[in-house]
This record gives sequence, structure tokens and C-alpha cells, in this order.
Amino acid sequence: MERHLKSAGPFIALLALVLAGALINDAFLSAGNLVNILARSSFIGIIAIGATFVISGGGIDLSVGAMAAFISGCMILLMNFLLGFTDSVPLIIAGALLASLGIGAAAGLINGLLTTKARIEAFIVTLGTMGIYRSLVTWLADGGALTLNFTVGDLYSEVYYGRLLGLPYPVWIFLATATSGYVLLNHTVFGRHCLAVGSNDKVARYSAINVDRVRTTTFVLQGICVSIATIIYVPRLGSASGQTGILWELEAIAAVIIGGTMLRGGHGRIWGTVAGALILTLIGNILNLTDAVSNYLNGAVQGIIVIVAVLLQRGVWSSRP
Amino acid sequence: MSQSTVQLSPEMLLEGRSISKSFGGIKVLHGIDIELRAGEVHALLGENGAGKSTLCKILCGFERPDAGELISAGSALCLRDWDPRKAERRGIVMIHQEFNLAEQLSIAENIFLGRELRRGPFLDYRTMTREAGAYLRSLNCELDPGTRVSELSVADRQMVEIARTRVGNVRVLVLDEPTAVLTGAESEVLYELIRKLAREGVAVVFISHKLDEIQRLADRVSILRDGNLVGNFAIGDLNREDMVRHMVGRDIDSLFPPVRPLPDDFVKVLEVRELQVRDAPEAVGFDLRQGEVLGFFGLVGSGRSSLLETVTGLREPPVGSRGRITLNGREVDIPDPRSARDLGISYLTKDRAGRGLLLDQNLRMNFSLYALSRFAGALIRAKEEASAFKQAIDEFEIRCPSLEISAGKLSGGNQQKLLLAKFLAAEPRVLIVDEPTRGIDIGTRSQIYLLLDSLAQSGTTIILISSDITEIIGMCHRVAVMYRGSLAGTLDREEFSEREIMRYATGLKSRTGNSQMKQ
Repeated sequence: MERHLKSAGPFIALLALVLAGALINDAFLSAGNLVNILARSSFIGIIAIGATFVISGGGIDLSVGAMAAFISGCMILLMNFLLGFTDSVPLIIAGALLASLGIGAAAGLINGLLTTKARIEAFIVTLGTMGIYRSLVTWLADGGALTLNFTVGDLYSEVYYGRLLGLPYPVWIFLATATSGYVLLNHTVFGRHCLAVGSNDKVARYSAINVDRVRTTTFVLQGICVSIATIIYVPRLGSASGQTGILWELEAIAAVIIGGTMLRGGHGRIWGTVAGALILTLIGNILNLTDAVSNYLNGAVQGIIVIVAVLLQRGVWSSRP
Repeated sequence: MSQSTVQLSPEMLLEGRSISKSFGGIKVLHGIDIELRAGEVHALLGENGAGKSTLCKILCGFERPDAGELISAGSALCLRDWDPRKAERRGIVMIHQEFNLAEQLSIAENIFLGRELRRGPFLDYRTMTREAGAYLRSLNCELDPGTRVSELSVADRQMVEIARTRVGNVRVLVLDEPTAVLTGAESEVLYELIRKLAREGVAVVFISHKLDEIQRLADRVSILRDGNLVGNFAIGDLNREDMVRHMVGRDIDSLFPPVRPLPDDFVKVLEVRELQVRDAPEAVGFDLRQGEVLGFFGLVGSGRSSLLETVTGLREPPVGSRGRITLNGREVDIPDPRSARDLGISYLTKDRAGRGLLLDQNLRMNFSLYALSRFAGALIRAKEEASAFKQAIDEFEIRCPSLEISAGKLSGGNQQKLLLAKFLAAEPRVLIVDEPTRGIDIGTRSQIYLLLDSLAQSGTTIILISSDITEIIGMCHRVAVMYRGSLAGTLDREEFSEREIMRYATGLKSRTGNSQMKQ
């Protein structure tokens, strides 16, 4: 009972923030503002769903922000390049989407193999690849920004601004990713193995689980999630630079932790992560709507929320009988 | 000696009156009375889950009782804020089954962990090392206080744990199954130490499942069953039969089911040839017959687990020397544990906590982890999994206050039963069990023996790795004895005798010239 109550923590916090927002400013509950919050949450949210797998499998991925910037840069360069060969903009976009997924999966695979086969700590590996991807995109942009050709950008922007049943596409994609992630983590053999590996990899090995493959797969999933987030991010601004996706890794990890997933692995909560991502966006949004706390303190409030979340979590899985 | 101390009615150091405790609505202790007197060695006996560990934890402040009182030095203790630190201040300390040492620190650093001596702002290593040495010597232990704990044997680590209690200040020392992890010789050292502490006026409490050890060491025995105190006895008033009867609540005619003869036209299930184990002196081979229980006996470190972990793909053999494994006449390749499982060969580790069960996960997840594909297509069929799990809980008589608890909260015997349920869910044809009854009470042991016997009868072939020679003799059709990584010999049931098996195990005798078993 108590356990159920505590795992509801992130959702209660989410509800409390929504109530707070509604009390502070009437504009908060307007359809436009709520849709905006959902759409803005979707980048970090989708990345955080991948991070839920990595973290509950006992790993960590610091490279996601840099990876997002790198994939953005590659997509823009590729689309601009393809424009020289074909006039079919849908074809160009389709090519870029495939390339994005491929690069994301490959980048995840590299992180995973370095962690499992080369036996380097995930923290170190992804700290390294973070630097690599970040400087690669800066180099590709020659220190400036890569900008998407207008012809392509016009059509592609539909992916970010277009709506289905009143909700922007990114929200639907976020929802679809979260649902798939939930099923994968909670209802499949892979998900179960992922939690087992994160809980105790020796026990997992003695239970006939291929520990290296499970770990590597979590990083590949993370790469694919970064790629999906990038696909809906690129049309928003139509450009990428060395500043794209800065600190996204920390926001993603924060969303995961706020959601009730434990950093030491073995327990993962996909819907908690979704709530965590929404909470992070909500804080910024509410601070924008009020004068009581300066908007500049956004990061401080987020930080406090993360710390409080961990304090509450300790109650959930504490070792007291 | 014990008689005289009892007659003099030595000083009462700690007394528990009507101690009760519940976890999650389940009562695990029902009004227990216990008296701990200076200079007495007091054994706690009972099946797993009888409440021994909980009682000890209450005495030492790791748990608080729901009702009852603790009386120390003539006055009742305040139990509302009873904790290990308060207990320690009164000289009541506990040595847990799992040690709590910082592996990468030295012995001295561990002994002074959390109460380091300082000189000004700096640590005073010289004094700490000197005093640590003095503590160790007072335990007749010659370890160098500068040694890193990671380099120590289990027995030495236990000494460090005991030294950490600041021997001079201890009045009541509680040991939770101290000899479960020790070899015979190491246990003797510990017995000597316990007697010495008792002579110095310490009240020693220890939990044990070894009846001979209790008879040799204890002055008094308290026997618990299902959270009730069956009785408190002077050791002279009980024989082993009495102890078992009180503990189990019924007579155990014989611990082991009768060993059925194998048919003469046996089928070879498994043939292992020229298997080189890493760090072993030579390649090893052996055969396994359909429906038999083959024992693997040897001293600790003789290479039994390494050999069978190599067979089941858990351990890499040296490059290019995998050997030949034939299963039911077909040569097979077992590069990883998964292949072993899919071929119907399962290995149950002896390391329940470190390699067997996910202690922080619930029982159901632990149960289905090994044979998960049985309950899953693209998705896990949750209902099927849950009903198989409930059935296993009943079938293996796993006792737990709630099905939602994590595996770490089960008692040792119930953990072992869960581990068996987990691996048997894959319905292996060859089951390798490694020390399945180590540190387990007699009731559960007899249950495990019956289970292994019924598996063998239904055609499962069993390898039983054990360091308990009575278990080997009681259960096995044949025994393979290992000595320093080699197979010293294989004995048929007719040749079984404790002395003969020990001669192979200690290297006094070996079937010369080859390591291949006959047949």
C-alpha cells in the first residue's frame, strides 16, 4: 500500500505543480499554454525514456546532448546536400530520417560496446563521446551554425508545428515512444533482463542472461531515442550549432530520477520519467508566469526538485523491513 | 567448567523478557525469554525462519521489539530508541553473517573505521596500527594490521570483525552462524577464541545449525520453533536427537531418503573429456549416468565449482582447450550459460546472495528470471508467470510474510528453496547443485534431500557438490573426489566410507595415471 502511494509521488508532484500554475496565473490553464508545455517536454522526455533503460540497466549516458547536436548537424548537412540531386523534398526528408536513426543507433552501439567489451565505466565512455560529438558538430559548422535550406525547412517544419486531433505531432511521438518504452520495460523478456542486469549483473549472468548484449542494447535504445528527439527538434529551429542540446543529458537524467527510477539500477519507471520531464518544463513555464521568483532561478528550482525527489525515493526502497 | 559457573549463578549480563516482534503483520517472535550470564556460551538453535536472527538483532539494537523488555545490569532498558550504538555502549555487540568490512582498507583502518584516532588534524596511523595489533593478539591472531582486507581469507575477515568490537569492552558477544563459512580447522580456531572470551567473563551467544558444534561449545541451548521458545536447556540435559525433535517438532527418522539402486544397463547422459579448467594442473573428464546422483567432494578450494562452472559455460576455459562434452551421445558446444540452459543443464551456485538471487527484487521476478522464455512470447504472459510462481511457493514450501517482499528478506533456507524453484522452472535434465544445504537448518535440509531424490526418480540426473561428507554418503550413487584441481578418484557406493573418501580428498590416495574416471 505504502509502496503504491510512494510510487505515485511524481504524479502527485505533477498535479501539485499544475494546481500551483493555475492559481498563479489564469493563462496557465489555457489550451495554448498546456499544448506548449507538452510539446516542449517532448525532446527531453523522449531522450529521458532512453535514459530510463540505460539507468535501470545500471549504466549512465552523458553523451546524449552532444549526440543530439551531432545528429542535427548531420541531418541538416545531408538534406542540404541531397537537394543538389533531387527536387523531391519528401524523399530528402525521408533520407534524413533514416540517416538520423542510423547515426543514433550507431552512436549508441559505440557507447555500449566500449562499456561492455572494452570494460570501461559508462560514465567515462560517455564523457569521452560527449566531447567527441560536441566538437564534431562545432567543426562541421565551422564554429558557427548549420542552417537548413528553406525549401526543405518549409515542408519539414510541419513535423514540429503540424497537429493531429489538436495536439502537435511531437506530443504524439512522445506518447508513442513512452508507450512503447513502457511495454518494452515492463512486459518483455528484454525489459526484465534489463532490470536484472541493473540489479546485480553477476546474478544475471548466472541466470543465463547475456549481460553484455542487454547493456549494449540499452545504449542503442538510448541512441535511437536521441535520434527521434532530434527528428522533431530540427524542424523547430532549422539549424544546429555547437550550442545545440547543451545540458540535455543532465535534464534527461533529472527527469529519470524525479520519475522514481533509481540511479543505482534495477528499477525503472517509464511513466514516472514522463512525469519528470513534464515537471521540469512546468517549473520553467510557471516561473515565466509569475514575478514571485525570478526566471533566472529556473535551474535552482529544478535542482531542488531533483534532490527532494531522491530524498523521497529513499523511503520507497529503503532496507527497513 | 560450565557446571561450576551455573552453580555459582554468575552475573546476569542481559535478560530478555517476553520479547515479541512482527514484520508486516506476521508475528515472528512470540514472547521469548532469554538470560545471558557472564562466562556462559549460549547457543540458539532452530530452523530457518524460527526467529533466531531477529532475536539476536533485538538484543543488539538492530531491531526494536514490539513488546517485552530488555534488562541489563539490573535495570530495564528504554527500548523506544534502542539502537546498535546504545547496545555497543553497554558492551553488547553482534557479528553478522555477512561481514561489513571496507575491502580496500587495511585491517587497522577497518578496526578504527568511524572512530579514527587523530593527532591534531591528522590521522594517527602509528597508534591505530599498534592498538589494532594489540586487539588482534588478544584474539590469538597474528595478522599484520597493515594488511588489506581484500587479501584476507574468510576466517581472517571474521577475526577482524571480532577485533573491531574492541574486545576489552565487550560483555555480550552475539555471533550469527559464525562457522557456516569456515573450514574445519578455521572453526577450531574460532571455538578456542569463544572459550577464551567466556573464561574472561563474556556472555557469548551463537547461532548454529551444527549439532556437534553446539554440544562441544555451548553451556546452554535455547531452541526456537516458529517464533516460540521451545525451551532453554543445560547442554548436558540434551542429546542430538532431542535437539532435532525440539527444533522440528517431530522425529526425523532418517535425514536422507534411501538411495535407490541404478539399473545395470544405465545410459550415459553426459560425458566430459579433456576439459581444461583455468588454473587447474591438468585436464579433467567424467561421466554422468541417467538418473544418478553423482557427488563431487573435496576440500574447500579443490576446484569443484570451477570445474562445473566451466562445464556450464560460466567460466572461460583457457584459449583453445574447451574439451569435448557429449550430451546423450551428441557432442555439444557450451560457450555460455544460456547454451547450457537450452541443452537442459542447470548450475545452481553456492553463492545464493551474490550470484543466485536478486536480493533487492521481489520473489516473483527472481523465480521466473532463469526460465523466463517459458512464460513469454513477444510479451511476458503475466498471468501464467504469476500462477507458476504461486504454485512454486506452495510446492517448495517457501515461507514468507508476504509475496511482495524482496528476496533479501527471506531467511537462508527459504532463499535456497526459491533458488531451487528458479532453476527447476527450466526443467533441466541435468541439475548441478553446489552446496545446496550450507548454512541451512535440518528441516529444510531434509526437504531438499527429498526433493533431489524425487527429481532423480523422475529421471533428472543430479550432480551434488558438497563439503559435507555425511551428505555425500547419504545421497550419492557415486562420488568424484577432487584434490587441488584434479580428480583424485571416483568411488562407487559400495566403496563409500568417510575415511576412504577423505584419503582421496587430502591427496593421500589417487587413482594413478589418469584423471579420467573409469567407465
